[in-house]
Amino acid sequence: MTLNSETGTAVRLEKVSFSYGEAPFLIDVEFAASKITAIMGPSGSGKSTLLNLVAGFETPQSGRVLIGGADVGAEPPSARPVSMVFQENNLFAHLSVERNVGLGRSPSLRLTEADHTAIAAALKRVGLAGKQQRLPRELSGGERQRVALARVLVRDRPVLLLDEPFASLGPALRDDMLDLVADVQAERHMTVLFVTHQPEDAHHIGQDMVFLDNGTVTATGTVADFFTKAGPEAFRRYIGAGPFGAGSRDVARKRT
Amino acid sequence: MHTGHRRDPRVSAGTIAVAAVALLVGGAFAGLIVEGARDPSGAASAFDSYLFRVARFTLWQALLSTLLSVVPALFVARALSRHPRFFGRGLILQLFAVPLALPAIVAALGILALYGRAGYFAGVLSAIGGQGWPGIYGLSGILVAHVFFNLPLATRLFLEALGTVPADQWRLASQLGMGARPAFRLIEWPTLRAALPGVAGLVFMLCITSFTIVLTLGGGPRATTLEVAIYQALRFDFDPARAVTLTVLQIALTFVVVLALMRLGANTVGDANLPVASRRYLSAGAAETVLNAALIMLALLFVAGPMAATVTSGLGADLGRLAGESAVRQATLTSAVLALLAALLSVALSLSLVMARRALALRRVGARTLLEYATDTGAGFVLVVPPVVIGAGWFLLLRSVSDVFAIAPVMVVAVNAVMAMPFAIRAIRPGYDAASERHERLCLLLGISGWNRFRLVDWPSLRRPLATGFAFAMALSLGDLGVIALFGSDSLQTLPYLLLARMGSYRTMDAAGLALLLGLVCLALVLAADWLGRGERS
Repeated sequence: MTLNSETGTAVRLEKVSFSYGEAPFLIDVEFAASKITAIMGPSGSGKSTLLNLVAGFETPQSGRVLIGGADVGAEPPSARPVSMVFQENNLFAHLSVERNVGLGRSPSLRLTEADHTAIAAALKRVGLAGKQQRLPRELSGGERQRVALARVLVRDRPVLLLDEPFASLGPALRDDMLDLVADVQAERHMTVLFVTHQPEDAHHIGQDMVFLDNGTVTATGTVADFFTKAGPEAFRRYIGAGPFGAGSRDVARKRT
Repeated sequence: MHTGHRRDPRVSAGTIAVAAVALLVGGAFAGLIVEGARDPSGAASAFDSYLFRVARFTLWQALLSTLLSVVPALFVARALSRHPRFFGRGLILQLFAVPLALPAIVAALGILALYGRAGYFAGVLSAIGGQGWPGIYGLSGILVAHVFFNLPLATRLFLEALGTVPADQWRLASQLGMGARPAFRLIEWPTLRAALPGVAGLVFMLCITSFTIVLTLGGGPRATTLEVAIYQALRFDFDPARAVTLTVLQIALTFVVVLALMRLGANTVGDANLPVASRRYLSAGAAETVLNAALIMLALLFVAGPMAATVTSGLGADLGRLAGESAVRQATLTSAVLALLAALLSVALSLSLVMARRALALRRVGARTLLEYATDTGAGFVLVVPPVVIGAGWFLLLRSVSDVFAIAPVMVVAVNAVMAMPFAIRAIRPGYDAASERHERLCLLLGISGWNRFRLVDWPSLRRPLATGFAFAMALSLGDLGVIALFGSDSLQTLPYLLLARMGSYRTMDAAGLALLLGLVCLALVLAADWLGRGERS
């Protein structure tokens, strides 16, 4: 745990209702400040909707979205204290790596000397030093997500929303990226909401867990508790009989 | 997705565009209503036997043209789809795209140069007929011209439909050992049949509103359509009451046709893009190959013939003298300026509508609003209101207020811009929607909006589609004769107008030279549009 967890930014959805077409959505949940919370659940259970409500892409029909105690319901997405990384399309294909990251500092790309320094540092931090002038198509899938993370760094917002950002990467690469996220989170004490389909991912970097089913939260707890035989029934049914499904304690949760 | 809390400038731009188009169309209707109210008995008395004869001919020629275009197109498209790779296939498809933007008056001249009384084929045709070849004026001329335009269009649309058959189905058919006959019955025909109502409807619509072809190739009162009759009532007989009646009838007719088309699920806008040949796993036998080759060859000759005739007869003209004539220079300059302005306006209107439609679709929660509908399907409906009708309405509205010929440039630019709009939208919308799909949330998240968004995000991904739309709109405007025929005068002549005048005064060689010039410019523009459009996809 980080030292700053008391001063970090908690995210709370207070009796938030939303409906997209037919499926109703009713959530009341709090995400602890400065922790990585994995959000899991079957397809269509409302994981992405939850992130979209926090980010401001969707507006609740009723209820409040509180970030750091402040109601952000009236704020447009860009004014909220959040960054988000999507599964794909995090970059503008026609802009260089440097400019894509720079947009995190200025939406008009009018960058100061200090901005350029910050961009270079962020790119170095995610392991992309020297690739400033590349276009997204000249990068691998993993590198593109690193650019998105660099932009998260220069934007410097206290909440980070991850919507299955590494789902299309291979296992080894995914672990590298997860380690990077965990490191960055530890440095910046960000509150991370991490939607994933992979129990391994949740296990790898998650601290808390929120399990959704049918548009509502059916279980919350620490990740460690979820992966025991005593973990929630619905969760164990969802992950099935994989390496984590047996509920074995011998796979120790490792955080780097 | 909810865009939130501030007014989206894209929606404002779209609203302005919708209002501008509504003003143009509404003004024309106002003109008709004012004129009709001024002389109701005159308008009523115009319902005579002549009117019904014209209406009947309008429908009859459209029906025949559709049959003669669509049925052969089914087989030509099938032949082309059976042979996805042969030398010159790409060129044939490219050639089949030319009529879409070739000015109708140029094609009409090419057809006359080929099949006219003094055309290249007159000798052969006289020998076959055993008497002097009377030329191709009248119904036969109109049909040949309509088929020249619509056979390639229908072929390309059918080919596109066949291209949607999944490759797996072909793989399966080949594995099951399906021959040509069962493959046609089980795979190709169901696809073609599904596309048939839409394609036939589009062709019928184009033929029922065709103006230039009927004006130049139709002969006298026996082969006249409503649109040409409107023009004659205004420009020659000066009988505004009759013009009102004719226009109302034309609108009613197109309205009925469009309603019928909507039931059939027709697409009322042609496509300028070439279908991509997908890989095929069935190979045609020797007999079928010969048959297909003959079919494709026939279609090719029919389409290429008038184009070749335009070139050869154009080259026979005294091009040097023509280029030196001040009337020609003036008309070229006028055409260029008006088409440039029309294309700019068209692209601006289209982009506004495309952006607004997307923004409205994104923020939509329930059913579509009227505004979203107007920016979407509504935009395609301007094709239903033919340029001559809009021109006629404004002509009637303005004739008592001011000199109609003084506002001619404004009318020509505005009407051509709006008429080219559905095509420009076709070029721009997929690119914009795809870019928006990728960028929308990112822009919201990073707070990139308004001018910043246009400069940094939209413009780089839209440059090519915009250029495609622009070139296409410019080609359409350059070749238009509908509006300028009403508003043109000695002080405002475009190239098509000058061409018509030279034809009217039997200066055929001059007309041929001008047609070549006009055709080449339009061809260059369409090739540019196609090239730009394809660069975007690769």
